[in-house]
Amino acid sequence: MAAQANVGGVKAVEAGTRGGWRMALPGSLWLVAFFLLPLVIMAIVSFMSLGARKTIVMPFTDANYQRVLSALYLPTIWDSVWISLVTTIICLLVGYPLAFFISTRKSQFARQLALFLVILPFWTNFVVRTYAMQTVLAREGVLNQILLSLGVIQNPLELLYTPGAVIIGLVYGYLPFMVLPIYATAERFDFKLVAAANDLGANDWQAIWRIIIPLTLPGVIAGFILVFIPCLGAFVTPELLGGTSTLMIGNLINSQFEESNYPRGSALSITLMALVMIALLLYVRFGTREQT
Amino acid sequence: MRIRLWMIMCLVLAALAAPVFAQDAGGDAWSCPDGFQGQTLNVLNWTTYISPEDDPETAFNENLLQNFEQLCGVTVQYDEGLESTEFAIALLRRGNPGYDIAVPSDYGVSTLAAEGLLEPLDHANMPNVVANLSPSFAGLWYDPENTYSFPYMWGTIAIGYDRAKVGVDVTSWNDLFTYAGPVAWLEDRRNVIGVALTLLGFDPNTENPDEINQARDFLIANSANVVSIAQDDGQELLARGDVDMTIEYNGDIFQKATECEENPDCTADFVYTIPEEGAPRWVDNLVIPVGAPNKALAEVFIDYLYDPQVAAVNANYIQYGSPNQAAIDQGLIDQSLLDNPGIYPPPEVEARLFEPYDLPDSQILYDDAWEEVKLAISR
Amino acid sequence: MAQGTLTRPVRSEVNIDVAKMRRDLRVRQIGKVGYFLNALAAYFFLWAPILVLVLFSFNDSRSVAQWQGFTTRWYTGIFENVAGTSVRGSTTSILDALRNSLVIGSLATLFATVLGTALALAIVRYKFPGKRVLDSILYLPVIIPEIAQAISLALFFKIVFDTINLMRPDQPPATYGYGTIIIGHVVFNIAYVVIVVRARLADMNPRLEEAARDLGANEWQTFWRVTFPLMLPGIVAGALLAFTLSLDDYIVTAMNRGIGDATLTVVVFGMMRRGVSPEVNAISTLMIIFSILLIGISLLLQGRSAVTGRG
Repeated sequence: MAAQANVGGVKAVEAGTRGGWRMALPGSLWLVAFFLLPLVIMAIVSFMSLGARKTIVMPFTDANYQRVLSALYLPTIWDSVWISLVTTIICLLVGYPLAFFISTRKSQFARQLALFLVILPFWTNFVVRTYAMQTVLAREGVLNQILLSLGVIQNPLELLYTPGAVIIGLVYGYLPFMVLPIYATAERFDFKLVAAANDLGANDWQAIWRIIIPLTLPGVIAGFILVFIPCLGAFVTPELLGGTSTLMIGNLINSQFEESNYPRGSALSITLMALVMIALLLYVRFGTREQT
Repeated sequence: MRIRLWMIMCLVLAALAAPVFAQDAGGDAWSCPDGFQGQTLNVLNWTTYISPEDDPETAFNENLLQNFEQLCGVTVQYDEGLESTEFAIALLRRGNPGYDIAVPSDYGVSTLAAEGLLEPLDHANMPNVVANLSPSFAGLWYDPENTYSFPYMWGTIAIGYDRAKVGVDVTSWNDLFTYAGPVAWLEDRRNVIGVALTLLGFDPNTENPDEINQARDFLIANSANVVSIAQDDGQELLARGDVDMTIEYNGDIFQKATECEENPDCTADFVYTIPEEGAPRWVDNLVIPVGAPNKALAEVFIDYLYDPQVAAVNANYIQYGSPNQAAIDQGLIDQSLLDNPGIYPPPEVEARLFEPYDLPDSQILYDDAWEEVKLAISR
Repeated sequence: MAQGTLTRPVRSEVNIDVAKMRRDLRVRQIGKVGYFLNALAAYFFLWAPILVLVLFSFNDSRSVAQWQGFTTRWYTGIFENVAGTSVRGSTTSILDALRNSLVIGSLATLFATVLGTALALAIVRYKFPGKRVLDSILYLPVIIPEIAQAISLALFFKIVFDTINLMRPDQPPATYGYGTIIIGHVVFNIAYVVIVVRARLADMNPRLEEAARDLGANEWQTFWRVTFPLMLPGIVAGALLAFTLSLDDYIVTAMNRGIGDATLTVVVFGMMRRGVSPEVNAISTLMIIFSILLIGISLLLQGRSAVTGRG
């Protein structure tokens, strides 16, 4: 932020007011025209009706929201929330120690390699990774074949097309989002604090709860948000791994799109955005307070 | 009405002229009109819905798309993404993204035509169609003067199952609904709800919300064994062993049965049956969507598909009913297929078949009911 | 550390709780083993499916679970099918889809990088009214679920196209295609480019620019000779991220696409819906190799930039 002041005194800043707008204008226009405006239109259409032959027509109505918030859709919305929550918690339970494991590698090389091995899958195509999970979990997939040949099971397990498969797929997709922010705080963590606590008679369990976790909480909360929000709006994973048995909000929005029912699809999208906003508000309310 | 009369005249004339053309049909293959070299044709079709492989032992190229490309010197961009008639309608409503040919089923043609989304066909450019179309498939209810469409194939939607696993002969829809093992349904709301309406004794084209809701509740109550609502790939689930029984198109099941017979390792026994309560009948149609970049070539392609030999090769591979009378009359279609009651049902079975109509004001009722069924199955 | 905990209390105080200490020690040992096992399991979880996928792309059987022997026929199959028209799966258009992915990805990256870099510069280096509002709008595309962005854009284009087509009924109808996909990709890419470039700008030493001015360079020269080269690693990193996101995207592309413009991700998604098959494994393996190459290039570039940045 100090950079602004240093650029070259009053004159530069004055010239910069014009220059700044000139530079910001094309990008801003793009976002306004192709992002904000469509969202506003969607909000309006979510209150309109579907006419014969799938046209978007007046009058304004709240019927779309009544259906979205009825006993029909609410269970699916609730499924999306709990699937996302469980996914995020599993990511946290696995990712937290993993982030510390990476940050405590002794040599720089080992640390970078350990981190790289977490990030690399994140750079490969998400659809391809989901497919990889599909080949593992399928009825005649690798996992069932191994278990069958070991004699652990007699008949193949129904793993694919279950809520469990969706959760595994989401953890697989979003684990790096949990590890990275925690790693960023863990890397800066000073282990002398733990030694000091031990000296003062705290056992490891107490040291973890009283010192390590509070000091790395900002990373945990950031990771929580980074995993939870994309999970709420997930489509590819439940579509490929959930089959008919597991629907999330994303599937509902997509099927409204495929039926050209834009008013109802819009109402569902606005509801999804509202859920995300609630999650963010909770984050701002509690997350930022913990950081100070 | 006059056009219809004219069409019948044409058919009569064609029948009279048949001896003249007989040599043509037997000897000369279809030839492409000049002037299309280097052009491109964009086709939107369903999966596994055209003869794909050349048999090197015959002179004729059974890879029908490649054959067309070679005969006309054109490129065919073939998109197998037509997942359902609803999907095709939604896609074309958004504005034709550049398809020259699409293959919606009966009520879809009616919907698309009513919304002005189809190009009228110039029959003069399609002599094969005029000569070879079976009179019983000319001017069907959804397009009485064949202004916009000609039939591609026809068939039924009923139960395909692996008799080796199911153990008994399936004769009723209730055998599917009450089956103890995993089954798949078809992503086709009008026809699946239509079946439920039929079982409940209602008109499968009802616009009465109560009746549709009863059909919905019937489906929900009988959905415990559903593991998948398949998008035109229920036969793959059946072949892989993911399900024992599926609601599917007849030809898709027969294709799998043929594959299984040719594979010595296959222990399955794939059977297609039209239950005693009846089943949906459909006719898929070649249409040219408005905005097609190459309407002239699309008409040539329709004409090509109506060549008796091409139509027979196609019908023999994909094993659906052919509306090409010349191909049947000239004995080009395998007799075993003509004798198969699952493809060409006998009159007493045909009497129990029903067709969904275009219901612009009530489509939303079916959409909502179907969505509610799917939501119920998901938990 | 273990010794520290053990010895000190013993020396200083009474003979309290040897049992407690033993317990603590056991907790620590279990903890250490669990700590290591967790990491091992996590790496296994992240990598095993990918390795299985690659392995079975070389399997001489249609099964993607039982090993029958080595073959490369699924790979040659992809490329053979590319030339002619084949109706088996969607392999017909694999090369076309690859081309679409690269064209759409490159153009979207180009636009997003130019627009995003300008935005980042404007925000970090200038003051202007509305900056705070702009700042918060910039992060919305990252927060709003992609599927909501996708359907709102599709709806927006539908209304635009319906209006255009109504106004000029004689013309061929305007519809979705390359343009609509690229516009959608640029929207979500801009935000990421801004974040990455901004981070780089914040790390830069403004004194270097001051020095350039003091030595007589004008604003233009200062920018192109000093600021831009210093920003370049950030711009490249932002562009690579944008390119990856563009290649990765399914839902925005699927909802805003026309004919013949399906990207590799869309085509592969369509094939996956029909279940697992070795052809899909082969294509997926090629895509993984491509991503690894991409990240390798990006690391090389960043490694070099780190050196130049310090020097």
